[in-house]
Amino acid sequence: MSFGITRIDLEMGPSTREAFGEALAEAGADERVVVCDGDVNNSTFTNKFAEKYPNRFFNVGIAESNLIGVAAGLASSGKIPVAASFSIFLLANAFDQIRMSIAFPNHNVKLVGTHAGISIGEDGPSQMAIEDVALACALPGFTVVVPADGPSTAAATHAMIEREGPTFLRCGRPGVPILYKDGLEWHPGKATRIRDGGDITIIANGIMVAMALDAAEALAAEGVSARVLDMHTVKPVDIAAIERAANETKGIVVAEEHIAYGGLGATVSMVVTERSPTRMAFVDLGDTYATSGKPDELLTQYGLSPDAIADAARRVLKD
Amino acid sequence: MPAAPMRERSEFDEITRRLRRNIVTSTTKAGSGHPSTSLSMVEVMTVLYFGGVLRYNPEDPGDPQRDRFILSKGHGAPGLYATLAEAGYFPEADLQTLRQLGSPLEGHPNMCRLPGVEASTGSLGQGISIAIGHALAARIDGAGYRVYVMVGDGESEQGQIWEALMYAGNQGLDSLTVILDHNGYQQTGAVADIQPLDPIEGKFQAFGFATRVINGHSLDEVSGAFEWARGVSGKPQGIIAKTVKGKGVSILEAAPGKWHGKPVPPDEEAKALEEIGGRS
Repeated sequence: MSFGITRIDLEMGPSTREAFGEALAEAGADERVVVCDGDVNNSTFTNKFAEKYPNRFFNVGIAESNLIGVAAGLASSGKIPVAASFSIFLLANAFDQIRMSIAFPNHNVKLVGTHAGISIGEDGPSQMAIEDVALACALPGFTVVVPADGPSTAAATHAMIEREGPTFLRCGRPGVPILYKDGLEWHPGKATRIRDGGDITIIANGIMVAMALDAAEALAAEGVSARVLDMHTVKPVDIAAIERAANETKGIVVAEEHIAYGGLGATVSMVVTERSPTRMAFVDLGDTYATSGKPDELLTQYGLSPDAIADAARRVLKD
Repeated sequence: MPAAPMRERSEFDEITRRLRRNIVTSTTKAGSGHPSTSLSMVEVMTVLYFGGVLRYNPEDPGDPQRDRFILSKGHGAPGLYATLAEAGYFPEADLQTLRQLGSPLEGHPNMCRLPGVEASTGSLGQGISIAIGHALAARIDGAGYRVYVMVGDGESEQGQIWEALMYAGNQGLDSLTVILDHNGYQQTGAVADIQPLDPIEGKFQAFGFATRVINGHSLDEVSGAFEWARGVSGKPQGIIAKTVKGKGVSILEAAPGKWHGKPVPPDEEAKALEEIGGRS
């Protein structure tokens, strides 16, 4: 996997799903942590937890509605359930259960959706969660997190278990570059400024953060200084960081591996419009499903690339 | 573990009448709600809460060792609320605030606002799964509490019910008792006409449940079924309570397909209360 990144040299690391699975197995030292699986534990890597703590691991079978209800009951009796499956099966198949049994009673359940976005590749659009962030953001009280690499996913996993409240953590299938090799201070709801810049800001999350860094490098060669914000928490979003970006740079590009509606772009736009209107451009899937194909081919074809981000930045700066 | 409150058996008839009166008056006052599905629950709720079955303490509603009761058919809220008031969770007079702005007695149960409510329900099909989660938590902790959940027969058309029954059966969750309030009717008509459930007992058994079919309005049969359920080991239990939708109020009983979400009209209320009987 290169994600079309050609200008910066990044060491490849684990997928965010694998980093989640490793961190979850560590977090299992807290005996309140239990895991509910929809028979995809060797894909979500919750099998690492299952090996260590079999009596706190429940494979409920391919039945996401029941999975969510069971997690809700466990939370209601004081456990910290992590309910993990492919993101689209969790959010779309069991949305009413998530709404009614978790969000409405504000249960302390951690939903982890893996195989998000089109970068899952060959399995095709039925498995691709491209609307999951919108669905999760539509749940009152939910925290929504889309981490960019292995280390930040591990930090996010520990943070969500330590913090009270319903959370959705979105992970991807392919291995991704390591962006935070030297560790990081990771705080939910607080964007990480991963590159400084004064001309334009690129706000991204998930696999788009590495692409944003590559795009920033391309822009630098043209004399444009781009700030890159890793907006890993879509909800509650870091309003102050967005406001600063709007005030201190000439415009904002938002990049996400998601449809154009209801995700990071929409959220950032809301803040910008209210606080400090500025020029914006959006790099996302638009309003379409993808197809089968190799991940890199799909990302290029659907406009999720460093080039697409750099082009969007040039458009913003030209206006 | 809290004790299971047990009233004198001689009081039971009066308790059932009081629950029915409160179901009728609270919904009629509210001008909306589901009295008929609440009326079919009354004997089961009476035995569960006042017959030495459910272990609970209204002074400490969140006691981790309490038994849990989850009303999956959330539209039976007026029946649950009348029972919780009778049990002492809140004053009986509060029942008359049903569905009003500011009242914790919402149209469907909201566990965040009303002590004694174990799950927020109202979107059908979800209660058994939640009950299973409680039962699994007890298993992990080696706790001795039991979990009771009541579902409707129309509600059993939801797929999640069967996902949950299959999982509970396969897990051999013997601390779980599912009560099917089999009153025969759903919103627009008879279950038997819309999506027949039978053979319902065989379905429960095929999913790994021990079963009993009872007359859900016979206090003796309900008591016997709960006693039987506590003695079953290795399997969850299904109590299929054959009931009458609108039980005790003739206009509701006569046309159950017409009254699903409708209260007794104010000008019929006195007659309904007279039919129920008991002290006003």
